[in-house]
Amino acid sequence: MIRVITAISILGGIGALFGALLAYAAKRFAVETDPRVDQLLGVLPGANCGACGYPGCSGYAAAIAQGAPTNLCPVGGASVAAKVAEIMGVAADTMERQVATVYCRGGKAECGTRFQYDGIPTCKAAQAVGGGDKLCTYGCLGYGDCFRACTFDAIHMDENGLPVIDEDKCTGCKRCVLACPRNIIGMRPASALVQVRCLSEAKGRDVRAICSAGCIGCGLCEKACPFDAIHVHNNLASIDYSKCRNCGLCVSKCPTKVIVEQLGTRPKAVIGDDCVGCTVCKKACPVGAISGELKAKHVVDPDKCVSCKLCVEKCPKKTITMQ
Amino acid sequence: MTKAKTFGGGIHPRYNKERTLNLPIVDAVVPKELVFPLSQHIGAPCQPLVKVGERVLKGQKIADSDAPISAPIHSSVSGQVVAIEKRPHCSGQDTMAIVVSNDGLDEEAVPASTGTSIENVPADEIVRIVREAGIVGMGGAGFPTHYKMVPPAGTKVEMVVLNGAECEPYLTADYRLMMEESEQVVLGLRLLMKALGADKGCIGVEEDKSEAIAALKQAREAFPDIEVIPLQVKYPQGSEFMLIRAITGKELPVGRLPAELGVIVNNVATAVAVANAVTTGKPLVERVVTVSGSMVERPQNLRVRLGTPVGALLEQCGLKGQPGKVIKGGPMMGVTLANLDVPVIKTTCGLLALSPEEAEPLEISPCIRCGRCVDVCPMRLQPVFIAQFVERGMLEQAEAYNATDCRECGCCSYICPARRPLVQNIRLAKSAILAKRRK
Repeated sequence: MIRVITAISILGGIGALFGALLAYAAKRFAVETDPRVDQLLGVLPGANCGACGYPGCSGYAAAIAQGAPTNLCPVGGASVAAKVAEIMGVAADTMERQVATVYCRGGKAECGTRFQYDGIPTCKAAQAVGGGDKLCTYGCLGYGDCFRACTFDAIHMDENGLPVIDEDKCTGCKRCVLACPRNIIGMRPASALVQVRCLSEAKGRDVRAICSAGCIGCGLCEKACPFDAIHVHNNLASIDYSKCRNCGLCVSKCPTKVIVEQLGTRPKAVIGDDCVGCTVCKKACPVGAISGELKAKHVVDPDKCVSCKLCVEKCPKKTITMQ
Repeated sequence: MTKAKTFGGGIHPRYNKERTLNLPIVDAVVPKELVFPLSQHIGAPCQPLVKVGERVLKGQKIADSDAPISAPIHSSVSGQVVAIEKRPHCSGQDTMAIVVSNDGLDEEAVPASTGTSIENVPADEIVRIVREAGIVGMGGAGFPTHYKMVPPAGTKVEMVVLNGAECEPYLTADYRLMMEESEQVVLGLRLLMKALGADKGCIGVEEDKSEAIAALKQAREAFPDIEVIPLQVKYPQGSEFMLIRAITGKELPVGRLPAELGVIVNNVATAVAVANAVTTGKPLVERVVTVSGSMVERPQNLRVRLGTPVGALLEQCGLKGQPGKVIKGGPMMGVTLANLDVPVIKTTCGLLALSPEEAEPLEISPCIRCGRCVDVCPMRLQPVFIAQFVERGMLEQAEAYNATDCRECGCCSYICPARRPLVQNIRLAKSAILAKRRK
């Protein structure tokens, strides 16, 4: 019996001694940490995707405490940026949600191959074999490197061999952008609802010869745009999003349907009862959707209206609304 | 009897050389239109010296470059330049090329010199002639030969090694050259030795090519400083690294030039080109190409004008049907051609048409970690690990396992019982790592 008591007391004594030592060491050698870092880590999404440019969420949390911008987390978006700003006691930096976009519409049906590729089924490997099997040197190879890179299940490959991005799920982490060996995936503000989905700078004739869904640089979109927002450079149309008003006029004009839109049903301009018939809106409308006599109430033809909101901005009486 | 020299690792693929081994070299048809890509070598591409519409003569220099690592290009026929535009190239990408329509007259340009003999030509003159003749490594790599003939300052080349191993299956072009032009091979070697001031010359030949060894031994009889060395029959015996290891017993550190070990390696076909350029003053406008493979009706060793589309050669040799794959070079390291309009360039040593069954993609199964790829890797790498790192995108680890030392011989992929694409993955890693280092 005495042996049991001795053993317990020796072990207990050792335990107590080490416990005291550890307690002392914890106080004496404590590393000073910013308490905000733990709080920040709590509000960050914990995806550890690295899209902020720091090594994981903890890296970014430490960087914010050191003064890094609060709006770098694309996964969390504006709501996380606001929480972060609250913890840091600063005004939230604005952030426009960015989404990944595949700038190619030439799938298997539209664009053929130069040869049969039997190698490792990844885009990087295919690209290394003579520059890829696709006829178009700008277009999507379709072996799904972006699909495998996406950790948010936002990309899937369709039957035509093109990646399709689920913009609701896309967090803007840019992993797919880095994975694509042809730099076909790019980021765009989620509010940019019209895109030219082609990167080919080849001449229109050459594009037509190999792909039925490529930009041929015909310039019809340029002529159609009332806002000077779309221009053809190097046989390729590109949109200046600081000028684009998502009117969709270029989309309907494009002969190869390479300009796509996610406009959906849009509110149309409606002129209120305060209209004094000043004709400013009629002159401003790029599509001639507004009619009316001087000093009489004007009306908008909803079939013609392209929701560009120019009239809303121009109206001196502020009586035009989008409905 | 001592055992023939060799290196560690390597494989024994079926050589399939029987069909062309005993066929003398014959002239290939000269087509109506020839295509001369401006890039036929490692290094800077050439700039055209002629304009569209201009008449060119056989042997006339049509493109050149000021860059040190580059070699001029000569027309192999007389005729008219009809285009300078992008044309299919064996690299898979279209590259700039000079297109000449052949007038069939074969009118020759006046050579820079009428040729000279080895006794009368000074060492630096040999280098100049070799550069002007546009000679590059003809074993497949295409490194400009004149650049190799001026070793970096502070190094002394003691030995010139000629590579007559021809370890790639099917190919017999070098073998036929060694048989039929053994005198020129030895003369080329002596010229290279003279240019470099080397005391010793070796010709490494795989020991199964006993007739070539006998022919070369006879040709070198009068020159005691030249030795013909039989090598064990093994792939990749003809790789520069392996050849130096087999012949000198020294290991070439990765990233260093053979000249730093006092050795320079050249292909036997290059030596013949050097000998021809010095003795006749004429540039490199033709080369020997083995056309073989199971789909070829009459396999041959052809002396081909540079710029001939490969399709014309296949037509001359006859096809049994639609080939599954056409390969430029050997089956181990050659490249599959996507287009039969690709012209023969200075590095085209073979042309193989394989049957659809042979070209069938392999069924890949999981790695069973048998380690056979490690056993056969002549560079003593661990392909199994490197390939797995690449598949998982772990480039740093692939680099730590010396992926960049890979010579891309393909022994690992050949031996793998699971048919995994090992060398293919390692090549990807290599190019990604090298691209990162360049940044």
